[in-house]
Amino acid sequence: MSFDQVARSFLLTELLQGMALTLKAMFRPKHTINYPYEKGPLSPRFRGEHALRRYANGEERCIACKLCEAICPAQAITIEAEPREDGSRRTTRYDIDMTKCIYCGFCQEACPVDAVVEGPNFEFATETREELFYNKDKLLANGDRWEFEIAKNIELDAPYR
Amino acid sequence: MADFLAGLINAVWWQDYAAPLLAIVIYCLLITVPILLSVAYLTLAERKVIGWMQYRKGPNVVGPFGLLQPLADGLKLFLKETIIPSGSNRALFVIAPALTFILALIAWAVIPFGEGMVLADINVGILYLFAISSLGVYGIVIAGWASNSKYAFLGALRSAAQMVSYEVSMGLVIVTVLIFTNSLNLSDIVRYQQENMWFVIPLLPMFVVFYISILAETNRAPFDLPEAEAELVSGYNVEYSSMTFALFFLGEYANMILMSGMATTLFLGGWLPPFDIAPLNMIPGPIWFALKTALMLFGFLWVRATFPRYRYDQLMRLGWKVFLPFTLLCVFLYAGIAVYGGFLAG
Amino acid sequence: MIQTLVFYMFAIITIACGFMVITARNPVHSVLFLILAFFNAAGLFLLQGAEFISMILVIVYVGAVAVLFLFVVMMLDVNLNEMRRGFVKYLPIGLAVGAVLLVELFTIFTAWVVEPAVISVNAATATPAASEVHNTEALGNLIYTHYVYLFMGSGMVLLLAMVGAIVLTLRSRDGVKKQRIMDQIARPASEEVELVKVSSGGGI
Repeated sequence: MSFDQVARSFLLTELLQGMALTLKAMFRPKHTINYPYEKGPLSPRFRGEHALRRYANGEERCIACKLCEAICPAQAITIEAEPREDGSRRTTRYDIDMTKCIYCGFCQEACPVDAVVEGPNFEFATETREELFYNKDKLLANGDRWEFEIAKNIELDAPYR
Repeated sequence: MADFLAGLINAVWWQDYAAPLLAIVIYCLLITVPILLSVAYLTLAERKVIGWMQYRKGPNVVGPFGLLQPLADGLKLFLKETIIPSGSNRALFVIAPALTFILALIAWAVIPFGEGMVLADINVGILYLFAISSLGVYGIVIAGWASNSKYAFLGALRSAAQMVSYEVSMGLVIVTVLIFTNSLNLSDIVRYQQENMWFVIPLLPMFVVFYISILAETNRAPFDLPEAEAELVSGYNVEYSSMTFALFFLGEYANMILMSGMATTLFLGGWLPPFDIAPLNMIPGPIWFALKTALMLFGFLWVRATFPRYRYDQLMRLGWKVFLPFTLLCVFLYAGIAVYGGFLAG
Repeated sequence: MIQTLVFYMFAIITIACGFMVITARNPVHSVLFLILAFFNAAGLFLLQGAEFISMILVIVYVGAVAVLFLFVVMMLDVNLNEMRRGFVKYLPIGLAVGAVLLVELFTIFTAWVVEPAVISVNAATATPAASEVHNTEALGNLIYTHYVYLFMGSGMVLLLAMVGAIVLTLRSRDGVKKQRIMDQIARPASEEVELVKVSSGGGI
């Protein structure tokens, strides 16, 4: 061991180098996002809370083909369907159990009419478990509420499909 | 009425017993209340400083700059349920955290905050400090044993061996200081530094050893093996909750402040200003003492943010195979310097 | 008056703890009572004005020796019933040994005479009054001058004990791979690590 190395280990140079590094870091700008007030960017493909969309004329898109129910790996979706008065096939019941959902996005991939989508909203924590059992009304309301963002995201993602 | 009051004040029991007792209680409160406040804000400072060093902001939601965070934490701990495990030794389980906390506080009796500002100016002050700090291990060992839990017990065993090991090198460092000051009184040690120079300059290697030893003595990173979260799921205090946990927590931080105060007194000239010149020596001694202690404490946090945890055998190696021979050598070296260089006081 | 009260407090606690040490059912409790007894004995020393001895008692006995006691006792899995077996059988022998010790102590303490030489030494070195000199200093003056050989002798005994303990427990085993920390530290990063710019798809 050379004199240089002995001197280094006795003068704790490596420890001091490390401490200098952390001291420098202390005065650098912080990476923290001040969450409730600041939010990070979301990808157009972000898979958040579910929504059922409508056409521009207000007609609901879902045709009760049950592809989403079939593909759902967590079996979170339950659909019952019968013909409406005007003869079109519609759902009478469309439930998503958000406590089962794994947010894989298979339902929106399976949907032939872009009816069920996973929107950009991820802040839907509730105080009770029951509130997370979404029914058709809740999902349609979500669709109305987030339609602008959802449409924009689908448009942005379209070139990659 | 006035006569009655005068009679009360002049009564023997008042003048001989009650009044001194009251005075002592007030002095104790004057010391402990600021310390408990500093403990509370040390926890905040720790989270802030480590946050900054990791490019984070630290707590900033409760109150301006997160200044009310310690109060919120304390309230949370108060409101939790105290759980005493069924297999535990009840009495010892409850005594252990109280012991840790009390020991961290009573040691302050001998620390001089300023010229003559010390509760008990005893002539073996440094030994008292050393004795109290060596008792600290009991709180942890008893807690580990009384919990009747594997992790707690392992943490306690580690802690016992660790604290005993590092006390040895700490003792030898203290001996080098004592060789020069020729007194065990902490105020005398500071006065010696006033007449000559702060011990941190001539005894720099001993200061480094002492600082690392107090990190080990207070079970702080990188020597926080007794409570290593990753392997012992927080070690000796794993079974503790609510106030019993809070007492351990407060005790650990109060110990950090105490050890920093001890390092300040021994090496950084206690209440003395860095230079005895006009603007600096206008500032009262206790403020200088607090500033230096805060600097030492910042070092604790800084080290924690920088270094990974030691492996246990490496920790023992450092204590027994590096520090012990090194300090022993230094004791002889400095004793020689003191005798032949004519530095002996008195 | 307060001094007397405090003395009786320490004394009673010490004796009670001593009693508990031998009667406590749990050995860990015994050790803890022993520690409390040490601590109160330190308090008694303090009352006598021997603050140095008192602090050293706390540091050495309470802070180090008793910790190791506790350490060992806590790890033992003591079967109390096993230990209590034959208590009555060994009781007479135990009592006899105790009685002999007690008699010996009595004979020693009743026949205790301070050697005139010691008094004369104290007079010759002009020992200052207890109020003028710290008892730390007084103790140092005594053990490093008059009792220096005894002091060195006890140091030698301790050293021997330490060396003996190491010799008994240290055994060098073959085939053990040990970490050599100094060698590791001695390896500079510049010699051991090479940073290479690898072009994409090119390899080294």
